[in-house]
Amino acid sequence: MPARKKSSGPKATVDEMLLYYRRMLLIRRFEEKAGQLYGMGLIGGFCHLYIGQEAVVVGLEASAREGDKRITAYRDHGHMLACGMDANGVMAELTGRADGYSRGKGGSMHMFSREKDFYGGHGIVGAQVPIGAGLAFSDKYKGNDSVTFVYFGDGAANQGQVYETFNMASLWQLPVVFVIENNQYAMGTSVSRASSTPDLYTRGASFGIEGETVDGMNVVAVRDAGAKAAKHARSGAGPYILEMKTYRYRGHSMSDPAKYRTREEVQGVRSTRDPIDQARDMLVEAGHADQDSLKSIDQEIKAEVNEAAEFSRTSPEPDPSELWTDVYAA
Amino acid sequence: MATEILMPALSPTMEEGTLAKWLVKEGDKVESGQILAEIETDKATMEFEAADDGKVGKLLVPEGAEGIVVNTPIALLVGDGEELESTSESMTPPMPPAESEKPESPLPSLSPPAAAAASLGTVRQRGTEFRQQTVREALRDAMAEEMRRDEKVFLMGEEVAQYQGAYKISQGLLEEFGERRVVDTPITEHGFTGLGVGAAFGGLRPIVEFMTFNFAMQAIDQIINSAAKTLYMSGGQMGCPIVFRGPNGAAARVAAQHSQDFAAWYAHIPGLKVVQPYAADDAKGLLKSAIRDPNPVVFLENEILYGRGFDVPAADDYTVPIGKARIWREGEDLTIVSFGIGVSRALEAAEILADDGIRAEIVDLRSLRPMDTEAVVKSVMKTNRCVTVEEGWPVGSIGNYLSAVLMQQAFDWLDAPVANCAGKDVPMPYAANLEKLALVSTEDVVAAAKAVCYR
Ligand SMILES: Cc1ncc(C[n+]2csc(CCOP(=O)(O)OP(=O)(O)O)c2C)c(N)n1
Ligand SMILES: [Mg+2]
Repeated sequence: MPARKKSSGPKATVDEMLLYYRRMLLIRRFEEKAGQLYGMGLIGGFCHLYIGQEAVVVGLEASAREGDKRITAYRDHGHMLACGMDANGVMAELTGRADGYSRGKGGSMHMFSREKDFYGGHGIVGAQVPIGAGLAFSDKYKGNDSVTFVYFGDGAANQGQVYETFNMASLWQLPVVFVIENNQYAMGTSVSRASSTPDLYTRGASFGIEGETVDGMNVVAVRDAGAKAAKHARSGAGPYILEMKTYRYRGHSMSDPAKYRTREEVQGVRSTRDPIDQARDMLVEAGHADQDSLKSIDQEIKAEVNEAAEFSRTSPEPDPSELWTDVYAA
Repeated sequence: MATEILMPALSPTMEEGTLAKWLVKEGDKVESGQILAEIETDKATMEFEAADDGKVGKLLVPEGAEGIVVNTPIALLVGDGEELESTSESMTPPMPPAESEKPESPLPSLSPPAAAAASLGTVRQRGTEFRQQTVREALRDAMAEEMRRDEKVFLMGEEVAQYQGAYKISQGLLEEFGERRVVDTPITEHGFTGLGVGAAFGGLRPIVEFMTFNFAMQAIDQIINSAAKTLYMSGGQMGCPIVFRGPNGAAARVAAQHSQDFAAWYAHIPGLKVVQPYAADDAKGLLKSAIRDPNPVVFLENEILYGRGFDVPAADDYTVPIGKARIWREGEDLTIVSFGIGVSRALEAAEILADDGIRAEIVDLRSLRPMDTEAVVKSVMKTNRCVTVEEGWPVGSIGNYLSAVLMQQAFDWLDAPVANCAGKDVPMPYAANLEKLALVSTEDVVAAAKAVCYR
């Protein structure tokens, strides 16, 4: 097994590091469980797992503050857990039950939480980007200093509405951080086969939007980049682009056999760049964690995820009358 | 305690699959996350992993077994250090040989007996050779044949080339026709649709695949404002021979943004032709006609139908004219009109109604614009009663339009008001029970049929 690089560069305190580690592990275990429930037929339709990309949301949430908003596409379970939404409620939505965040009506791709300022959960590639700018517009309009984190994929980065949004966001100096989660593939299409230029963080240049590329597998690097970008947006200087270099380990959705890349490629990333392994190594190397303490964290997370799974299986199906509710606001 | 490992569901539409390969053997220790087997679904070969740690106690299904229904136990996992009690007979059913798992014919034919297939649109020639094909294969053959016939025909869309199609409709086309004619696009529907329209103006014959028609909404401006209207706006100088195709309507459990029927939307637009086939032979014949047509054609497929088998004429030049309905079943008591997957609801309802002595005539519109209203009127003049069936929403529906046509043209023949069966007037919910309620069902059709027969 090739050795991982020694952790150097950005630093975090022990408590911070432990928190990130826990949050990333929660997402990983949650997603593994979701994959299993899918196989058992308890989750249906499309289910897009976030495994491999955990450091992106965990790092960015560490730079967010009360009142900040976030919006993403269908690969959204990690974002919800990272912003503090309840694992039980997310899992119960995956199984389409009454206690899910959308009361079973939205499913994996369509979940929301006003309380946590999570605005979805969107199934149409790219559609969340202008909506996110609109959230930022609302904050600017109200005169507060909240920031919106708008997440989209490398594939979504080719949608026209992204560039319409870049123009408006820059023109009106909207407090928005555009986060391109470049996991190198859009379904079966690699970035090089879909994008005329490889550096997605430069895509805002012609609109006057600054951008940078970030090691999206290193949670501390992500956090620091996020803090810088959020500060920029919060200060009234307008939008900022972060291109997170990351990787998804699983297929695009549960039904993708992922034959467009080799097993070695996936294994290579897993064994040298895994965000959770990196965080664990940082903790161990610095003497802040040993096998026992890591094991107990592991068990706590496993228990939390098992509870969520149990909750999601025992929560009742929505009442049939729910079919007709929420079509219009009263 | 041994835990059963069940045949997993590996795609939204998977009901059964083939156990292609075991990657573990009895007695092996496995860890949660370890790959246990390769399983073939209708679309792909997938890896299946262990949910728990343990030891493989018993493999219940042999490698190569086909048609294994989702949730069938395929193996037993025992706790580490445990042994499977060899006495527990019930847990160790004898392994059937792989051969016996094979169903007689893997694809149930839904074609009615030849006698019932008297068709308004296509009269079946005696001596025509047929072969069993899925809708998926029929669509692929239609494109391949037309691409061989006309060098100007090319296919463009997301994942159509290297991935062989998100739903495997374009399987093999890249290998045969190369990158020049089978073009993978970025995820830019509005852009590539407009580009396709331009290519058609430039003298080519594009087939634009939408991964699903939900995403064509990004591009609907180009379809309507550019493709449909330019011939008219140019005083007849500049037509737009293009096909927009892809799955439309509800798939399984994919919720509001991925489950909707656009039939009525496109049928509204002058300048477009709109086709929505049910059976594989119609899918093939109509797609070939659409590709040859000098107008923009919106070709609405259905994901759930892709894997269904039908008899398809073997001939290379089999076409079905756009704008002609097909009668699947003749009857005296009422006419049920539908199109696309609605036809399977109608055919199922007809069987149930027959048990009650109600003989339904089933008309499959196949094309929505132009629509063969003549065939519907003719049938209703015979039966005096009509039920329409569609997946789309009820307001401004195809059924609404047919009701108006019948009121205008067959008022004196109607013995009951026309009934429209449609999807419920709500976005598609995700929850399994609610989704079922939202979709038009066979029971809805039976109930409506009885109502118009005053039974
Ligand atoms: C407008 C639109 N077109 C196509 C799709 C089908 N689709 C869903 S996800 C996806 C790939 C997106 O890739 P990317 O933006 O890189 O995000 P990732 O899945 O890698 O997170 C496609 C083509 C869609 N949902 N919406
Ligand atoms: Mg991607």
